[in-house]
Parts: sequence; structure tokens; C-alpha cells
Amino acid sequence: MLSALRDGDESAFAELVRRYHGSLKRVARSFGAGESVAEEIVQETWLGMLRGLDRFEQRSSLKTWLFGILKNQARGRAARERRSVPFSALGEGEEADRPSLEPGRFQGADGTWPNHWATPPRPWEDPHRRLASLELREHLRRALAALPERQRVVVTLRDVEGLDAAEVSELLEVSEGNQRVLLHRGRAAVRNALEELIDG
Amino acid sequence: MADSHRNSTIDEVTCREFVELITDYWEGALPGERTELVEQHLVICDSCKTYLEQFEALVEALPGAAEPESPTREAEQTLLAAFREWRAGG
Repeated sequence: MLSALRDGDESAFAELVRRYHGSLKRVARSFGAGESVAEEIVQETWLGMLRGLDRFEQRSSLKTWLFGILKNQARGRAARERRSVPFSALGEGEEADRPSLEPGRFQGADGTWPNHWATPPRPWEDPHRRLASLELREHLRRALAALPERQRVVVTLRDVEGLDAAEVSELLEVSEGNQRVLLHRGRAAVRNALEELIDG
Repeated sequence: MADSHRNSTIDEVTCREFVELITDYWEGALPGERTELVEQHLVICDSCKTYLEQFEALVEALPGAAEPESPTREAEQTLLAAFREWRAGG
């Protein structure tokens, strides 16, 4: 693919654009971009790719490289518009310290079994099939969109786009530990949203 | 040795802790003995097993949350024009 591109093969480029357009749009949105801004960021990403094509050394996958260009485009734009810059200051964020579930779900120190379930999760009927259903897909998207930005970006890159831990922490310039905390918080919050929906 | 505090570590994982450890457990980020405690906990706690299954189902379902999207015809044309320009050394 890469050599075809460098050789100026237009159909290879068109194929690449089609293949990665959706992924780039989703990641742009996860950075907080609205629909039209996300579209522009994706266009700028492709132009950035062309500018860097001769220098790309394949130390990362093409997809991860594209996401890196996209992140820089999103950052540059946010800085120009004086909005907060995505992932510029990832410390021990407030959301990182919060537990996955309401503390009341577990027994207190005076319970029969302190720190064990007080209100355990109710089993979902055939959870794998249930969550894959069309009906729940839309809810899954909404729950993901409702996450705090850093969690949303990490869950999108890891669980929706399938990047691995090392790729995501390098891309976002956060430690693997930090990346894991954000991933876990995000997953837990999405599960909670689905639990609310399924259990009513 | 790192083991010098071994006797003072808690020898079980509670449910409250378990729900925080799933991602670390999956990613192999827990020290060996902690991994064992997580696994032991799963054998005795059906509620945590349920929670884990829901978490698994969620992670499995998330790629499906991605809607297929194509670039607009206009965007595609603009990019192809940019590609030709790039190819021409522009």
C-alpha cells in the first residue's frame, strides 16, 4: 500500500481514504470536535499525510501514524481557538480517582462482609448477544459520547479502533498506567449506563 | 527482597477492589500474587463473575458501535486533486 502511494497510485490513495475515513472521523469526534470541524480535521489529516509520506518510516502502523497526524491537527485547531488542548495536561485527573461504581453498591465497614456487594449486578440474559444487538448499539454510542474527553478518546482508540496499549500511550503521550486508568474508568461508566438501561 | 512485606499484604481481594482491577488483570499489569487473588476471588464470587461477564460483553461489543462512514463525494474529489498535485511535486 505504502509503496503504491509513494509511486503515485491514485486508486491506492482513494482506497486508503475510504478505508480510514470512518475511523478518523470517530477519533476526531472523540477529541470533542463537532460534525463539521471533525470533517475538516480529517481532510487536514490526509493533506498532512501527503506532506509527510516521503518521511514516514513505518515505525508505527499506517493507522496509528494517521491518528497521530489527526491528533496534531486537533491540537493545533484547539490552540488556535484557545480551547483546552486535548491531552496537553494529563495529570491525576479528577475522573481518575473516582471509583467504578457508587460506593453504596458495596457493604460498609459495619456490614456482614465489608467491601463485598450490597447491591450486586443482576445477570443480563446472554450479555454478549444482547450488547451486540442493533437496539443497544445506539445506546452504546451515546454512552461513549457522554464520557469525559480523555476517557472517551482512550476507549475509542483501544476498544473501538483496536489500537494496543503501547500505541495509545505513545500517541497520547501518557504512561501505560495512566492509559489503563482512563480505559478502565471509561469502560466502567459505559457499563453503568447500560446497566441502568437494561435493569430499568 | 521485595517479598519482605509479604506477610502483611491482605490475602484476599474484596468485591470493591475486584471491580477496579479487571482492566489491569486483562492487560497483565498486576503482580503475580495479585493475579492469583483475583482468580481465586472469581471462583468464589458469582456476582463478580457476572460483573466480569458484562464487562467482557461490553468490550466485545464496542467495535460494533462504529457506524460505517464514507467521505462525501466532494471531500473525496478535493483529496484526489490534492493527491495529483502532490504527485506532480506541488
